[in-house]
Amino acid sequence: MSKANLLDRRQVVSTLLAHRKDAVAIGGLGASTNDMCAAGDHARNFYLWGGMGGAAMIGLGLALAQPKLPVLVITGDGEMLMGMGSLATIGLQKPSNLSIAVLDNEAYGETGGQTSHTSTAADLVGVAKACGIKDSRAVTTMAEVEAFAKAVHDVSAGPRFANVKIDSAGLERILPTRDGTYILNRIRGDLGFQPI
Amino acid sequence: MHAHADAAETAPNWPDDIFATLQRFDVRQVPYVPDAGHAKLINCVLASSTMRGIPLTTEEEGVALLAGAWAGGQRGVLLMQSSGVGNCINMLSLIPILRFPFLTLVTMRGEWGEFNPWQVPMGSTTQGVFELSGVQVLRASNAAEVPAVLQAAASQAYNALTPTAVLLSQRLIGAKVFTK
Repeated sequence: MSKANLLDRRQVVSTLLAHRKDAVAIGGLGASTNDMCAAGDHARNFYLWGGMGGAAMIGLGLALAQPKLPVLVITGDGEMLMGMGSLATIGLQKPSNLSIAVLDNEAYGETGGQTSHTSTAADLVGVAKACGIKDSRAVTTMAEVEAFAKAVHDVSAGPRFANVKIDSAGLERILPTRDGTYILNRIRGDLGFQPI
Repeated sequence: MHAHADAAETAPNWPDDIFATLQRFDVRQVPYVPDAGHAKLINCVLASSTMRGIPLTTEEEGVALLAGAWAGGQRGVLLMQSSGVGNCINMLSLIPILRFPFLTLVTMRGEWGEFNPWQVPMGSTTQGVFELSGVQVLRASNAAEVPAVLQAAASQAYNALTPTAVLLSQRLIGAKVFTK
């Protein structure tokens, strides 16, 4: 039951990744990882099938290790709520190359669509801002998505956070590989690191 | 007789030994949850030009952070207390799945003269929790064995991708004493 005027998640993620160049993208456990795969598999896609709540911190570790590389976390509202403390950790470290986009459908789509805290109580933009992430945006239009996608490549002006209101339509699952070691080593290989 | 007499009243050198080992293994990211037992090591890390100390809001953040660090080519070590190990359990599942080098140094509470019963349940199960989660456990019980234990732990964690926790025993650190 999608509300009117909310954005289509696949269109949002396709737009975020359309001109990704050298960016590394990390998808959260759930539909955001499927959305990333639907936009096209990529050697620099970090798909999460577990470790709920960890997407933003994986992004932080990667962003600190590779400060000149754009690092983009694309996750859901439920996953972000579980790791909300990581916004404070990121606000403290201020990695200028890290961007986080939350696909907020105000529901736990993977588990039957239960209502999430963002529907009536939690304002993730407010949380991110209050945690020291100055560039925290509420996004409701595709023009704003496009502007954020462009900003991701400015690795001197982050960290930045966008909460994108999407509709809650259930979409066909496009499943990426579930082999975690392959996923991680593929990224390392693409960044030029040899196997141990 | 204070339980901490053999530790707190003599400036301990073992944190310097740990720091030297971490430097030797080119550890770059050091996530931590503030902890008295790790206080000296944390100060060494924060003063270091090659390591980055990263305060966390909860220990599980550190596990995910180290996965990202390795994806980006850097090694890290997670500093925490035994009570924080319980906060990590689900995130520890990333380690065998992603197969990244994992080393954590855990200061122990809930043993050897503990005065606070609330620390005992987690302190008693720390080793078991790690082992059930696929993390090998080494222990240092006195200052003299810290260098060898750290060398072994760092070597197997970083060179053999064997997830490893070093328990720094409360006997080493000194039981915490609160005076009224």
